[in-house]
Amino acid sequence: MSTMENHLIFERSRAGRSAVAQAPRAHAATAIPANLRRKSAPGLPAASELDVVRHYTRLSQKNFSIDTEFYPLGSCTMKYNPRACNSLAMLPGFLNRHPHAPASHSQGFLHTMFELQEMLKDVTGMKAVSLAPMAGAQGEFTGVAMIRAYHDARGDSERREIIVPDAAHGTNPATAIMCGYEVREIPTDESGDVNLEALKEAVGPQTAGIMLTNPSTVGVFERRISEIAKIVHDAGGLLYYDGANLNAILGKVRPGDMGFDVIHMNLHKTFSTPHGGGGPGSGAVGVGERLLPYMPVPHVIENGEGGYRFATETDYPETIGRLSAFAGNAGVLLRAYVYMRMLGREGMQRVSEFATLNANYLARELESAGFDLAYPERRATHEFIVTLKKQAKELGLTAGDVAKRLLDHGYHAPTTYFPLLVPECLLVEPTETESKETLDGFVEAMAAILEEAGRDIDTIKASPHNLPNRRFNEVAAAKALDVVYQEPRDDEGEPAPRTGTSG
Amino acid sequence: MSEAPKDLKYTKSHEWVRQEADGSVTIGITDHAQELLGDLVFVEAPEAGASVEAGSACATVESVKAASDVYAPLSGEVTEANEELADSPEKVNESPFDEGWLFKMKPSDASQLDALMDADAYAAHVEAES
Repeated sequence: MSTMENHLIFERSRAGRSAVAQAPRAHAATAIPANLRRKSAPGLPAASELDVVRHYTRLSQKNFSIDTEFYPLGSCTMKYNPRACNSLAMLPGFLNRHPHAPASHSQGFLHTMFELQEMLKDVTGMKAVSLAPMAGAQGEFTGVAMIRAYHDARGDSERREIIVPDAAHGTNPATAIMCGYEVREIPTDESGDVNLEALKEAVGPQTAGIMLTNPSTVGVFERRISEIAKIVHDAGGLLYYDGANLNAILGKVRPGDMGFDVIHMNLHKTFSTPHGGGGPGSGAVGVGERLLPYMPVPHVIENGEGGYRFATETDYPETIGRLSAFAGNAGVLLRAYVYMRMLGREGMQRVSEFATLNANYLARELESAGFDLAYPERRATHEFIVTLKKQAKELGLTAGDVAKRLLDHGYHAPTTYFPLLVPECLLVEPTETESKETLDGFVEAMAAILEEAGRDIDTIKASPHNLPNRRFNEVAAAKALDVVYQEPRDDEGEPAPRTGTSG
Repeated sequence: MSEAPKDLKYTKSHEWVRQEADGSVTIGITDHAQELLGDLVFVEAPEAGASVEAGSACATVESVKAASDVYAPLSGEVTEANEELADSPEKVNESPFDEGWLFKMKPSDASQLDALMDADAYAAHVEAES
């Protein structure tokens, strides 16, 4: 192993080194006057092409990704992205279209976006869809902003509260606050459903709406959703659907039919577009009849002459407005479009069928291997929760320990310590694309960790052992994170590239 | 097993309350709470002068696992926040009942103290929850 293994590309820099050592250097004449030229060289690394290739190849080999290992974070982080989506979204006609190109030059793009809106309407049961939001959080903001616009337009401005169950994603209360509402939290009952009595007590003339994820973050389907919809609507509030868990019900149940007035869909989750590292994403929103006038612009509409155009403020005078300079992340939207066209109606049903089959199989196998499910009496949706409460107490084996030790077995950890209301939990989502062999391998690794915890907890506590980096000091990482490279400087404060031999 | 000093009062949401000689009270989170949270990385205590209402969220503690609200055990006015915690939130883990106190307040209705649990009742509550 090279001693340069963990070095930054800046640390590989050597004065005067360039991409191709043997080729003659070009000295381009410059027309820039001397007084406008910079005095010192920019702080960029000087390295050979081969050094750069090796450096970045090694870095990429450290990736623990869905392309290399099983990744039970599921659609919460990233599903498998079929390669066809990528190649087709890169067709030059799409790739080279300028966002300011007139509609007459963009009919192909507009047509695909219109069809994407239509397919999303169909699969969610909503009346209209806008692709403008650039991420899930922006989709949520858009949805609640429309709820607010609806109440305001009716002069119903006494509605100050958004109800959020305690099992909700943290983004839900954050969104409500960003839209100027107060959050009223209601508890979840023991089987994982919303506590209806608490909901009935919470609703009133102050209720603007409720934000729900169904299936919820505890991995079960909210069985009394129709009743919830009636309670909230009767109180004058609207229902917001957080589409984070849409993967479980795709083609089976539609949020529009459940009574939701607005929904955001994370296309980068359910519809398999890239979404590592925080983006780019897409938080498309769907609306019911009540919220149609407030939809964000632009979105694609028919132009009445057999073609398509972007709807603007003129078409939607009551719109909540624009969310970004253009109309969403075009590249992400195209990938979602290709994915949906490949699956079709039938394939989309198979996505939710296999996602739930895999989750339920994994849940039962882990239960047989000695793990406790948080909601053992409930059928899992596309994900389920294991609680290590017992193991933490008896063996000192925490969810965090299992997460670290799994890495040694070649598996990425599931989501840990979320949702907050289940102690020592692992939220496991295998997704529809994993085979039985992969799931069995994961169960074996989990069983091996449980067995090891009974005889050698110290090895687990010190894990991971087989990765380039060992267990981090998480407190220091949160409190004293320092990722800024300090460039070496000479006595005059000028950048001082390293000299000497490469390691 | 986590500690619960006998001279303190406790809430179901795992805060403790100490009555001081001058009529004020000191508030923190219990040993059991800090154990559940794990290593703290950030504490946001209410500012002096803030008025808080019994049962409402008035402070935040964030650990490597999660951010949690701290609920005011009593209604009244905050008189002092533990400023040490801004730089050293780990004091809550190391010394939850002493150096890791969160804030002091003047209760508006001292009789609210009677509704809180004593150490034995709190220990039983923790046992029932786990």
